Amino acid sequence: MIRLPAFTYLAPTTVDGAARLMAEHGREAMLVAGGTDLYPNMKRRQFEPKVLVGLRGIPELRGIRGSAAGGFTIGAGTTLSAVAAHRDILRDFPALATAAGLVSSPQLRNMGTIGGNVCVDTRCNYYNQSYEWRKAIGFCMKKDGDICLVAPGSSRCWAVSSSDTAPVLWALGAKLRLVGAEGERTVPMAALYQDDGIDYLAKRPDEIVADLQLPPAEGWRSAYLKLRRRGSFDFPVLGVAVAARLEDDVVRDARIVLGAVASQPRPSEKAAAALVGQRVSPELIAHVADLAAGPAKPLDNTDFSHPYRKKVTRVFVARALAAVCGLGDSGVTSEEVA
Amino acid sequence: MTKNEFAVIGRPLPKVDAWAKVVGETKYADDLFLPRMAYAKLLRSAHAHARIRSIDTSRARALPGVVAVVTADDLPRVKFGILPVSQDEEALCADKVRMVGDPVAAVAAVDEETAEQACRLIEVDYEPLPALMSIFDSLAHPEVMIHEYGDGPNVHKNVALQFGDVEAALEGADLVREDVFFFEGNNHLPMEQHAAVAHWARDGKLTLWSSTQTPHYVHRVLAKVLDTPAAHIRVIATPVGGGFGGKTDPFAHEIVACQLSKLTGRPVKIALTREEVFYTHRGRHPVLMWIRTGFTREGDITGCHLRTWLDGGAYGSYGVASTFYTGVINPVTYKIPVYKFEGARIFTNKPPCGPKRGHGTVQPRFALECQLDKAAEQLGLDPADMRRRIVAEPFTKTANHLTVTTIGLGECIDKVVEASGWRDKRARFGVSARQAPRRSPKKRGLGIACSAYLTGAGTAIYWNDMPHSGVIVRADRSGGVAVLCGATDIGQGSDSILAYLTAEVLGIEPKDVHVHPADTSLTPVDLGSYSSRVTLMCGMAAIQAAERLRDAIFKAVARKLEVSPAALVARERKVGVPDDWDKAVPFARAVELGEALHGVLAFPGSYAPPKRAGKYKGGGVGPSPCYSYSACVVELTVDEDTGTVELENVWIGHDIGRALNPLLVEGQVEGSVYMGIGEALMEEQVFRKNLHKHPSMLDYKSPTTLETPDIHTILVETDDPEGPFGAKEAGQGPLLPVIPAIANAIHHALGIRIDEVPITPDKILKALDLKRAGKPARVGPERLPLFTFKEPLVVESAFGQPAEAVVSRPFASDDKR
Amino acid sequence: MKVRVALNVNGEFREALVPVHKTLLEVLREDLELTGTKHGCELGECGTCTVLVDGEPVLSCLALPIETAGRRITTVEGMAEGGQLHPLQQAFAELGAAQCGYCTPGILLTATALLARRPSPTRKDVKEALAGNLCRCTGYTKILDAVELAALRMGRQEART
Ligand SMILES: Cc1cc2nc3c(=O)[nH]c(=O)nc-3n(C[C@H](O)[C@H](O)[C@H](O)COP(=O)(O)OP(=O)(O)OC[C@H]3O[C@@H](n4cnc5c(N)ncnc54)[C@H](O)[C@@H]3O)c2cc1C
Ligand code: SF4
Ligand code: FES
Ligand code: FES
Repeated sequence: MIRLPAFTYLAPTTVDGAARLMAEHGREAMLVAGGTDLYPNMKRRQFEPKVLVGLRGIPELRGIRGSAAGGFTIGAGTTLSAVAAHRDILRDFPALATAAGLVSSPQLRNMGTIGGNVCVDTRCNYYNQSYEWRKAIGFCMKKDGDICLVAPGSSRCWAVSSSDTAPVLWALGAKLRLVGAEGERTVPMAALYQDDGIDYLAKRPDEIVADLQLPPAEGWRSAYLKLRRRGSFDFPVLGVAVAARLEDDVVRDARIVLGAVASQPRPSEKAAAALVGQRVSPELIAHVADLAAGPAKPLDNTDFSHPYRKKVTRVFVARALAAVCGLGDSGVTSEEVA
Repeated sequence: MTKNEFAVIGRPLPKVDAWAKVVGETKYADDLFLPRMAYAKLLRSAHAHARIRSIDTSRARALPGVVAVVTADDLPRVKFGILPVSQDEEALCADKVRMVGDPVAAVAAVDEETAEQACRLIEVDYEPLPALMSIFDSLAHPEVMIHEYGDGPNVHKNVALQFGDVEAALEGADLVREDVFFFEGNNHLPMEQHAAVAHWARDGKLTLWSSTQTPHYVHRVLAKVLDTPAAHIRVIATPVGGGFGGKTDPFAHEIVACQLSKLTGRPVKIALTREEVFYTHRGRHPVLMWIRTGFTREGDITGCHLRTWLDGGAYGSYGVASTFYTGVINPVTYKIPVYKFEGARIFTNKPPCGPKRGHGTVQPRFALECQLDKAAEQLGLDPADMRRRIVAEPFTKTANHLTVTTIGLGECIDKVVEASGWRDKRARFGVSARQAPRRSPKKRGLGIACSAYLTGAGTAIYWNDMPHSGVIVRADRSGGVAVLCGATDIGQGSDSILAYLTAEVLGIEPKDVHVHPADTSLTPVDLGSYSSRVTLMCGMAAIQAAERLRDAIFKAVARKLEVSPAALVARERKVGVPDDWDKAVPFARAVELGEALHGVLAFPGSYAPPKRAGKYKGGGVGPSPCYSYSACVVELTVDEDTGTVELENVWIGHDIGRALNPLLVEGQVEGSVYMGIGEALMEEQVFRKNLHKHPSMLDYKSPTTLETPDIHTILVETDDPEGPFGAKEAGQGPLLPVIPAIANAIHHALGIRIDEVPITPDKILKALDLKRAGKPARVGPERLPLFTFKEPLVVESAFGQPAEAVVSRPFASDDKR
Repeated sequence: MKVRVALNVNGEFREALVPVHKTLLEVLREDLELTGTKHGCELGECGTCTVLVDGEPVLSCLALPIETAGRRITTVEGMAEGGQLHPLQQAFAELGAAQCGYCTPGILLTATALLARRPSPTRKDVKEALAGNLCRCTGYTKILDAVELAALRMGRQEART
């Protein structure tokens, strides 16, 4: 049996209280919500916090409020199952319901939270391994070592952002409210991340994601496609989130964000811009898919070979666009599984 | 005998252990907790190949809670291994480690956490040696010897057998195909991780409870390695939470737990983590194959020549047998008049490969069945019709001198062709057919393949003249019957089969039978749950024992009723004359009469397979009392933009001889199909920088409910004279055809050949790219090792010679009693 | 850090003094002697350790007792009521859905939650609900059949009462 290292567990009942505890214990402490990402990592000794600040007992973190017209607020402690099954989310933000419903397995979705999902640790198959394995191969810089095993000359870590909901929330224009010991702020999704495999979050450690705010749905359509080996358990090795606002068949607004191609979700601004003002057609979609897939540079540190992931990026972007633009007729489902 | 003559046989009864399993009462090895039990952990090598200079355990010993620390110095220096010819393993490595994961030291402590911490405090000074991580590496570096024994530097086994003049047969063929295939290795991935509890009691006797498929072999090895009389060792196989061949060797962790118990005077538990299960391994060998076959215009095979290179990993395990198995079973399926086989097993610095479901035969089956598909295409023949035409003849010998009894393969083919709508779909789907006019990336395909598998190895692992299976049946005055048998239930239902057969013979209910399995102190030896031998061998022994009991009871009842014993029947928990059933004696009363007449009613049954080994060196691997046959049709869709394969339906026809319980047979078939799907599409045990790339359940991909298609099982009964009530095996054979059927269906859908397993989406896209570029649309191995096989042992082909069932079967008659 | 946890397991009130970092899986098996809950990875990757918390399937290998205190925990030992097997248990036994039986407790509990939520599920529903439970023996076929059979019987029982 592989077991957790020892820690002290604190269970605050307010977000402010949690932020204060985090500030008080500094580097020794970590937040835990569902624990579905953190506990496996702790068992493999990727993290050995002395103190865990549990967010489960905080009522204000739970629940989904709002309306299609005014937008929705999702408490960070809401489970992924609850997000995926929520009637309004299903109707107005189908890509988010899809993404939440495709995370890992049914049991893990009952435990894992959306707050934990946007903060989920970056992944690399040289890193998501037991302590003994990592010791045998030689520790890398993300934990206990000082080199990168995928890109040996590199001075940074290329571990992959592997959240399903983050690219979708980004594409939907969601904001998040961060509560820290020194006050709170509301920022766009983009401000949560930075492209570094180790310090992938651009927030202070004491800052807690309190909730995710979705803008009014008005006229937006969205889709999310996920590439992975099996229809369950597996993290995305590619996620494609597309949101667009169409008038008749002219695209008025569009956002394309790719997951699992970098250490943070990666927006394809150029590709999205090429859509705006255009009438949708298979040719347009093919062109935009090329633009979006072009910059993706997967490394060989997840499942599937990286040339394959690159190849499929174009296909997935095209399919997600086709689905959003109502051309979804080429064998597309919202649950693409490879 | 027809089906409805049976009371128990053929009925879809629940398994006798089902009730305990559904309420969580079954005690697997890790569920055992004994008073004062200590917990052990192994420290495993971080190097793929290194000399051990020294081991410092002082810091571990000093850790509070640690009760013992052992290294090779604390064990007798005796090597072990499952096969007498490959005694190359050490419970704890003394001088050298040969793979990442080799055990070098062990700790027992008051709890598992402390034991693990202590392991991290042990310092081992290694002198690294070059790591040989592939067949090519190992052959290229004869100067780096992984072992000091074998058939050449890093060559564990080199075999070559020739039956008839293959070159001449190929010269006379209308078509000769030469193809190269590769089958990647994979793990059994039983849901239960190996675990064992050892208790070396103060009376000097040792008991080991272990999740093992082979308690008898573990018993023998413990005696040898621990230098303790076997008479003082008791091995109990706990119910096994999935084996598939992965728990068929004696293991280091079992030996170490025993020694730690001896040293500490406490019971010791050891439970492996999932990662350690990947190091313990004994899974499917990666095999590179070259196969050259001649065909006539009509599709008959004129001769076949097969070469296999097995990547054995760091130890022998069953490897010698595995090597033979890659060559000897293919001829059992089709008419192959002359045959040549060359095989070699190469040592590498990876976890040892061994017997996984279909042991050694799965890889060459993939090669042969894909090649047949290619030949059929070239000859313009339907691949189902071609196979139907060349099915081997029942009750004949194969080129390599194997005796084949009943063959239901023709019927299996007919039934899956019919059920799958083969003819219609083959025409409608596929590259050549005009699919829907609108361009859809999803292409459908249908593929077929067949196979055969042995029902129990004809020879034991160590040479002896004793039974392979023994049963004691003891009747109780209550009317209950105890069955003692060394067989291990690994989920396949061996306990249930023993109860069904005994109940059938004695005319009682399975519930009246109490099965006591797999305890070396109590139960007669059964060699183990491997090679699909248990139903047949234990079954035959149980029938013999039960018939002896029945005869004794009949004698007593006959006296009482004043009739001849021959007039009696046993059914409905009674013994009596059918025409005078009112006078029939209740079974419990019949037992009392019997006991009054004979004394205690306890009878043995013994079984050993017919002695039919070919009279040439190496003829001992391959013979089996009878062979099961399977035919499989797979229907799937491939997305040509992403390479994703979606299985829709699998039809599988299986010649089971007789279904003793159709529910259990279907379960075995469905499980085999499932495992075949995993191997065909996603499972692979691969290495990077000398380490297992993904020793976890997340990254080693095992299909979920969502990847598993509808499986349609069709059972064909041939009533084989060798099997218990005519039964053959079901646990392994049906895995074999699934993999090539998938490969062939993908070819049908897209016109590409993936000659390498697993067939992943990236390989499919690669082949499609080649196809678009006008190149041969094939992805598969490109090169073969430079290797000289032995001069072949040339034997005349026995092909087509008539063969009878049961010429001589030891222990079959009552004469010797 | 040891804590006294009060757990409601299978309707019984159980207390244990355990290190806070001991998972629910470990406490159930090692402290409460409820070894019906099995484990195949302890990392959330197989579903074998599934138990119900307030009726929802969760992975006991990634749950802490302190986080489940006061909530209703159901393990396989708690499925049968009185002397009566749960219809799922009955169907699993009858149809041969438990081969080695090691995945069985987790699958039974996951299916229990499904049938509570959706009394007459389609085969697709069952597949999706069980997609987080690996079984290496059965090819899932008999498992899916057994869940459907149990659903049918439970529906009939419902109709009768
Ligand atoms: C087998 C397996 C498969 C998985 N597959 C997927 C998958 O397909 N897709 C996917 O996206 N994820 C997957 N996951 C990861 C994980 O289950 C999910 O990402 C889940 O949503 C994490 O949520 P949690 O509440 O459990 O996070 P936790 O484990 O509690 O926390 C994760 C991280 O976020 C931090 N954190 C949690 N909540 C907050 C907050 N409110 N504010 C600030 N920081 C916070 C924690 O400190 C921690 O660093 C998988 C995990 C496993 C074990
Ligand atoms: S990308 Fe490099 S540094 Fe980062 S986790 Fe992987 S191997 Fe380590
Ligand atoms: S033991 Fe595998 S998911 Fe918990
Ligand atoms: S029955 Fe063995 S793992 Fe499911």
